[in-house]
Amino acid sequence: MYLYDPIDQSLVDQRVEQFRDQVRRRLAGELSEDQFKPLRLMNGLYLQLHAYMLRVAIPYGTLSSHQMRKLAYIAQRYDKGYGHFTTRQNLQFNWPKLEETPDILAELAEVEMHALQTSGNCIRNITADQYAGAAADEIADPRIAAEVVRQWSTLHPEFSFLPRKFKIAVTGSQRDRAAVRVHDIGLILKCDETGSMGYEVIVGGGLGRTPMIGATARDFLPKRHLLSYLEAILRVYNQAGRRDNMYKARIKILMHALGAEEFIRRVDAEWDAIRDSAVDLPAGEYDRIAAFFASPHFETLLKNDGKFARYRLEDRDFAQWARTNVAPHKQPGYAIANISLKSEGGIPGDATTEQMNAVAAIAERFSFAEIRVTHEQNLVLPHVRQADLYDVWQTLKNYDLATPNLGLISDIIACPGMDYCSLANARSIPLAQDIGKRFADLRRQHDIGELKVKISGCINACGHHHVGHIGLLGVDRKGEEYYQITLGGSADENTSLGEIVGPAVPYDKVVGAIETITNTYVGLRTDGENFLDTYRRVGKAPFKENLYAAH
Amino acid sequence: MAQQIISANRLGDGLVVYLTGGGGWSERIADALAVTGKDAGEAAMTVAHTAEEARLIVEPYLIDIDESGGERRPTQFRELIRAKGPTVRLDIGKQAEL
Repeated sequence: MYLYDPIDQSLVDQRVEQFRDQVRRRLAGELSEDQFKPLRLMNGLYLQLHAYMLRVAIPYGTLSSHQMRKLAYIAQRYDKGYGHFTTRQNLQFNWPKLEETPDILAELAEVEMHALQTSGNCIRNITADQYAGAAADEIADPRIAAEVVRQWSTLHPEFSFLPRKFKIAVTGSQRDRAAVRVHDIGLILKCDETGSMGYEVIVGGGLGRTPMIGATARDFLPKRHLLSYLEAILRVYNQAGRRDNMYKARIKILMHALGAEEFIRRVDAEWDAIRDSAVDLPAGEYDRIAAFFASPHFETLLKNDGKFARYRLEDRDFAQWARTNVAPHKQPGYAIANISLKSEGGIPGDATTEQMNAVAAIAERFSFAEIRVTHEQNLVLPHVRQADLYDVWQTLKNYDLATPNLGLISDIIACPGMDYCSLANARSIPLAQDIGKRFADLRRQHDIGELKVKISGCINACGHHHVGHIGLLGVDRKGEEYYQITLGGSADENTSLGEIVGPAVPYDKVVGAIETITNTYVGLRTDGENFLDTYRRVGKAPFKENLYAAH
Repeated sequence: MAQQIISANRLGDGLVVYLTGGGGWSERIADALAVTGKDAGEAAMTVAHTAEEARLIVEPYLIDIDESGGERRPTQFRELIRAKGPTVRLDIGKQAEL
């Protein structure tokens, strides 16, 4: 993974001291809240329902064991013993004190971490496929491009005051695990006919109150022009994006207003002017960054490990976990192990200090000290020997980290919702827990198969409900919590936005509605069809009919 | 007529506090000064804004409360959650102290 050089380190160290002084001046009255608020947001510090909230950046979801231990320590020393992993691969602390935040940032700087640009109208964390560098179906590691873009976007003087936030995601595989088509810019690594590497550049995707699927701005952008082309896109957006209405200020709105053709024409015109200037990264610099993402020193092993096979035969529980939570690795004899943070009765995406330390130790021992955070609020051990999977699983079990439900109905994405967030209209977490409880039976979950439920507590869609197979959007109806149900969304390479199926239902009817939906699917599916397949074949009518049948 | 109290966040640690009769700020909703009517509400907000200037609190606002059940409760669910803590972690927030 990327390691800071002296310039990077001094940047974060100086930032800490700058913020320390800003906090001092705020508390001493030299800065008003109006003056201070944009400054604290630039350091990822929000004011939420119960307390401040600090959002720590985890670049493209990659963490070392050492960094995870620091996050665990911060949770214990400065917070209430836990943190929340988010749908943008970051970590949130829910109870930091303003007075102590400079100290927290100093702790983070010690392990090459920060909270820069996790809020505000700037380019946010660059997210990537959580299986980067490990996936069997990958063309190349997308984190190299993600790191290049991260450096380019950090404290970029021209793009620190954009019309609105800006989110970029990168995938290195045709199988899109990074939701690139619902980001402001999505990058898909690809090769041209000569085998040269480049990117398909997708622009104008997004969720929120006006969900849109991005359009391809450039089918093949040569690798060397990545930054100049992104710069051109950001310049067009910065200049023409709306600043009069924050609900119409994202790039997707601009692209929609201009039309894709005119938007792309403007980008190309800008790009012509800057294409061969100093914006683009010199080849040597790209290679220097790429070297940080070289594969770890894998052992030469047989493709399929005998021990792993035997344990699956002997231990049914282990087999069950392996079935959902283990993914194929590009290196023979290795595997990708998923750690579900969706335990029964737990809070989706939350991890305690103890759990974080346990993951750090397991990663150190079994995964080259590397951990990934997924945008579905789970964790990944990217490089585990198949022969070690049984030991990994046994250890995870001791910390309630071995729930065998990856991709199943109880693997729910839920934003913090009205339990934590001042923007929310309804709660998400208890609903996720209630759904998980109703479907706790693993045999039932496997019978239903892959089913992605995503819950947002408000229209900002941090729970990504628009791209849930089943999406739930919390709304306030005369003081009561109601939920709008959408069906058929997907964030993968066949991206689709969920369709509203009917009037919103009250909280106490939602779990029953989910059950009606799954029963309807089970009744209609043909051989091998998962929920999404069936929905795309039959449409919403049968679901709508069963959900809203006259009593 | 509806009774109201003033809710805010304390600047230094971000915790939810309520304006008391003495012009101070308490974490306990039971200590909050209840006001009735527009004039009293505005007067209380003036006191709150002074506290903002004095860097004690941020973002004060009026909320409706109901005392009919014997216990003082905000009428809005969101404010109830703010007063007690997350509904999914009864071991943290003010509810944990009860």
